[in-house]
Amino acid sequence: MKSRSLILFLSLSFLTVGLFLADLAWGSIHISLSEIVDVFFRKGAEGINSEILLNFRLPKAITAVLAGASLSVAGLMMQTLFRNSLADPYILGVSSGASLGVALVMMAASVLPVAFVSSGWALIVAAIIGASVVLVLVVGVSFKVHNAVSLLIVGLMFGTIAGSLVSVLQNFSNPDAIKLFVMWTFGSLSAVTWSYMQVLFPVVLVGMSMAFFLQKRLDGLLLGENYARGLGISIQQTRFLIVIATGLLAGGITAFTGPIAFVGVAIPHIARGLFRTSGHRILLPAVVLCGASLLLICDIITQIPTYTLPINTVSALFGAPIIIWIILKKR
Amino acid sequence: MSILTTQQLTIGYSRKGKTDVIQSGLDLKLRAGELVCLIGPNGSGKSTLLRTLTGLQKPLSGKTLIDGKEIIKLKQLEKALLIALVLTERIEIENATVYNLVSLGRHPHSNWWGNITDEEDAIIREAIEMVHLSHKMHQNINELSDGERQRAMIAKALAQDTPIIMLDEPTAHLDLPNRVEIMLLLHRLAHKTDKAILLSTHELDLALQAADRIWLMSADKGVECGVPEDLVFNGSFNRAFESKAYYFNASNGNFSMNYPMTKKVWVSGDKTRMYWTFRALARAGYAVMQDAGVQIEVTEAGWLLNGITISTVETLLHELNQQFVDI
Repeated sequence: MKSRSLILFLSLSFLTVGLFLADLAWGSIHISLSEIVDVFFRKGAEGINSEILLNFRLPKAITAVLAGASLSVAGLMMQTLFRNSLADPYILGVSSGASLGVALVMMAASVLPVAFVSSGWALIVAAIIGASVVLVLVVGVSFKVHNAVSLLIVGLMFGTIAGSLVSVLQNFSNPDAIKLFVMWTFGSLSAVTWSYMQVLFPVVLVGMSMAFFLQKRLDGLLLGENYARGLGISIQQTRFLIVIATGLLAGGITAFTGPIAFVGVAIPHIARGLFRTSGHRILLPAVVLCGASLLLICDIITQIPTYTLPINTVSALFGAPIIIWIILKKR
Repeated sequence: MSILTTQQLTIGYSRKGKTDVIQSGLDLKLRAGELVCLIGPNGSGKSTLLRTLTGLQKPLSGKTLIDGKEIIKLKQLEKALLIALVLTERIEIENATVYNLVSLGRHPHSNWWGNITDEEDAIIREAIEMVHLSHKMHQNINELSDGERQRAMIAKALAQDTPIIMLDEPTAHLDLPNRVEIMLLLHRLAHKTDKAILLSTHELDLALQAADRIWLMSADKGVECGVPEDLVFNGSFNRAFESKAYYFNASNGNFSMNYPMTKKVWVSGDKTRMYWTFRALARAGYAVMQDAGVQIEVTEAGWLLNGITISTVETLLHELNQQFVDI
């Protein structure tokens, strides 16, 4: 590994750890670093700060890391697969599928058992089912269509259909249900409690392992599907695995946090620019660190105003200028 | 020794029960250490043949055998160890150097993690050296000229270390010096590395000069194979590219246009100058004949027409025009 990459990796790792600690310390109640150390390393520390730290801020910070890393890795895979630098994990309709599932539960709640709807699991199960259904359809189509661009368009169309169905549902729903749904679309990192983490973490772990397993093939795909075939890569199988990994990463995160826009599209560009490479062996760990850092920064920013901002708006405020910059630079 | 052979190969497309046969009954042989150029008019099926030989497309009937193994039955990875491809599509990779690009050629050989060992590194460097790009090894591929980029793609194919390399129109989009250079490079590589190199091209004159063997495709007359000169002598070229507007000129290996030539002149003198004079005269509609009434003599300084010395072709054509108007 070149020394430049090594230095970057070290700095990014320190940055991520630093931001993680800052994210723990920051909030409506300031918790000092020594208190954080106390809570983690001295057994028996109790009190309100310990409660906030262990049961609220720690899972939130871990979620930020997982979400930032997952969405960025999914984004990187999509950009390589479609050879389009504006592709992102939601391009295959993952978030629209999840939205549809959530909208169905929230707005058609009257037919479901109350206990189920009021528990957080209802939304998560609905989001996972919604995202999976769209993904299964896209995977099915991926065996039929022979080029990535057609697959991209099909994914967009499924997304549009799901989006329209959500609009239809909204049309027939009461304002309270709509407000609840709109709140979900804002995204939230604090919704992931320890019990949810037990599900989210393995899902992300499997998705990440698949992505790292695919890194050599992803490099081959940079040359386009025909050249990749010439290098001995099975395109159908690889595309299938990429879609599944993306579904696990983006679908899993979206189910638990709501849609978080722009991270997936923006981070791979930042990483490519920083590390000056397109090789996935470097880029995959790079986007993990960059994505985790960015979402930690976003989470810290959401805490600055007295009333917490939705994470989706903050990440979009960061992401949109980056996309504009990419377009201007590409001209 | 032939590496790749086809047996009664029929190529074409089959969709929804409708078959569209493009070429049938092909018995082709590709030998190690030879540069073979696949030429033929548009629509004669050059791309379809290449796609079929590489196993990207199924033949309608017949077989393609490499080392006795049927290509269509091989796994993707096994094919990648036998045939390396250079395609027409332009590749766009951000931040990739020539070295990065060529190292992708090692893909079928490396382990799943894709480490570049010292041995791999040596092969990659050698491939880059063979296409004379060592001085640009760490340059971004987006900063290369079209010719250099094509050479980098050839290096990638070399790094793949296969007995066969197939190239789809490798000289398209290049200017003349680069086209000549790529052809010479491929010719040299075939002989030096003992690989079989098959390429499709529109560059008839280049193919005639560089190819050890030509596969000449025509829309309805199948594929004729042979050493270029043999195909010239037996009139295959003329038959493959038959047209009213031009003809294959066996005296110089080019296509010449069939101009209507009605006015007769005779030219004598220095060879080089005469060649270009003939061209200009043909374009203007003059047939060069020995018993013609108008005589032109080529001299050191220009042309001698009816005792007048003329220094440019433009004036010559003008003067000739005057003569024939007067007649």
